[in-house]
Amino acid sequence: MKKYEYTEKKDTRSGFGAGIAELGRSNPNVVALTADLAGSLKLDTFIKENPERFVQCGIAEANMIGVSAGLTIGGHIPFATTFANFATGRVYDQIRQSVAYSNKNVKICASHAGLTLGEDGATHQILEDLGMMKMLPNMTVINPCDYNQTKAATLAIADHVGPVYLRFGRPVIPVFTPADQKFEIGKAWTVNEGKDVSIFCTGHLVWEAIKAGEILAEEGIEADIINIHTIKPLDEEAILASVKKTGCAVSAEEHMINGGLGDSVAQVLARNYPAPLEYIGVHDTFGESATPDQLMQKYGLTADKIVEQVKKAIARK
Amino acid sequence: MEIEQLKSTAVAVRRDILRMVAAVNSGHPGGSLGCTDFLVALYFDVMNLKRDADGKPVFDMDGRDEDLFFLSNGHISPVFYSVLARAGYFPVSELATFRKLDSRLQGHPTTAEHLPGVRIASGSLGQGLSVASGAAYSKKLNGDKSHVYVLMGDGEQQEGQIWEAAQFAPNKKLGNLTAIIDLNHAQIDGTTDNVNSNRDLAAKYRAFGWFVDEMEGNDIEDVIRTLKKAQENPEVPTMILMHTEMGFGVEYMVGNYKWHGTAPNADQLTQALNGLPLSIGVTDY
Repeated sequence: MKKYEYTEKKDTRSGFGAGIAELGRSNPNVVALTADLAGSLKLDTFIKENPERFVQCGIAEANMIGVSAGLTIGGHIPFATTFANFATGRVYDQIRQSVAYSNKNVKICASHAGLTLGEDGATHQILEDLGMMKMLPNMTVINPCDYNQTKAATLAIADHVGPVYLRFGRPVIPVFTPADQKFEIGKAWTVNEGKDVSIFCTGHLVWEAIKAGEILAEEGIEADIINIHTIKPLDEEAILASVKKTGCAVSAEEHMINGGLGDSVAQVLARNYPAPLEYIGVHDTFGESATPDQLMQKYGLTADKIVEQVKKAIARK
Repeated sequence: MEIEQLKSTAVAVRRDILRMVAAVNSGHPGGSLGCTDFLVALYFDVMNLKRDADGKPVFDMDGRDEDLFFLSNGHISPVFYSVLARAGYFPVSELATFRKLDSRLQGHPTTAEHLPGVRIASGSLGQGLSVASGAAYSKKLNGDKSHVYVLMGDGEQQEGQIWEAAQFAPNKKLGNLTAIIDLNHAQIDGTTDNVNSNRDLAAKYRAFGWFVDEMEGNDIEDVIRTLKKAQENPEVPTMILMHTEMGFGVEYMVGNYKWHGTAPNADQLTQALNGLPLSIGVTDY
């Protein structure tokens, strides 16, 4: 089993900020937009270095999406940024018609996704965004797991032609993936190999899955841990190869269980290789105010809970 | 183009609209007929379009160094399709496929079927002003001196997103943007005044920082004159309130909101076409 260690903790949104700063230097077509959240989205460096390619839209997200669609005409690559709730639910129809159906090269970059936004509470903690975005034809959906992976994903989506939803978050979490990684859209990353259970994890839950894997190893259970950073297109091959080896699975995400990664995995298994699947995610409820750690505990998005679900899945084999 | 030629083109377009909606017993003739003179003037006179050696328009999505048009009130697709076809973007015969299975001429315009001339999907209202603002911004970044036009409905002014864009365009000094509102005072459920009045649109847009103008949308010469004036504001976007009659050109449809989204039956079609005789050398699709 591979050991993962970290020397520092960083927020994934800062990985985005570093990525777009680099794009500002390397790709003259990249334009950054925001709806009054430039600081939260870590756009400072990009703005300082490319003031003419920064579009402050004010608190008007619907217009920001439409302006982004228009900016693609003439060859620009707009990165529209705000909190995940305002980047998706608030503007679903604008994304649907002007971006997804029109197949525009718009990158919707969303921070503060999930419960870990913390104290602001349920109005700001969207848990449905992955589901909404993955249902849109033409849309690519990416949910990276740490600072380095988020930065690599930010660079990768600029080279991908088509609409993308990139989701990241606010809390500082371990940085455990390599700084020089190449991000391949749609290609799952095997974090650890094992024969007893597959753990399909995404975003902030990848580190929790790694910790769960260590706990399980002490009990003699070997987990096959797969980081599904690209929710769509889904790496079905990797999912099936893993479950054919292990015979059962657990999905883990900071998202509603309805419509999230778990449901995507369930569909692949049901259609190709039925096997027991347990979910880690939020169960049909809104979030609330508290610290990120308290919320992850209360809603069961922790390594310990993954261990519990793994045992349930194995028992159902 | 000569005014007489523009007028005879407008007659052909009106006949296309009526025959297209009658053939599938669906679609929106009222607003289409009202905006015919405007779109004919725009595509056959005002806009600078990319063309091949034979003078035929050439379409590419980026539309650099040519004027662009966006249709925000996508339900008047019949007039848009007819004008695009007669301007040379695709065969006029293809108008016969409107709203039929496997057609590029969807009920509301879309890029999904790759119809030349269409750069954004529209239909869900209120989005076109934002898109056109983005395209105008894109041209400014590219140092492209050409102009962007967008047409909206007056009922559409009830959408909130319009007012987000209304703030954005003057603040970003998008002088290369001209927006036009089809002021026919009608929407599906009745007159705009009765449904949810726009009140004083000119005062509203002026307060938002637009140069506001008005024109008679069913007078081709006034349309051309007013649109050309709009290009003279380098740092201020122009909003033109375009007075039109819904159903213009078909006597029994004029001013009656019931023709917003209703197709004529066979007898009504004949009656309408009899009132719109084709000029010599112009043919139906």
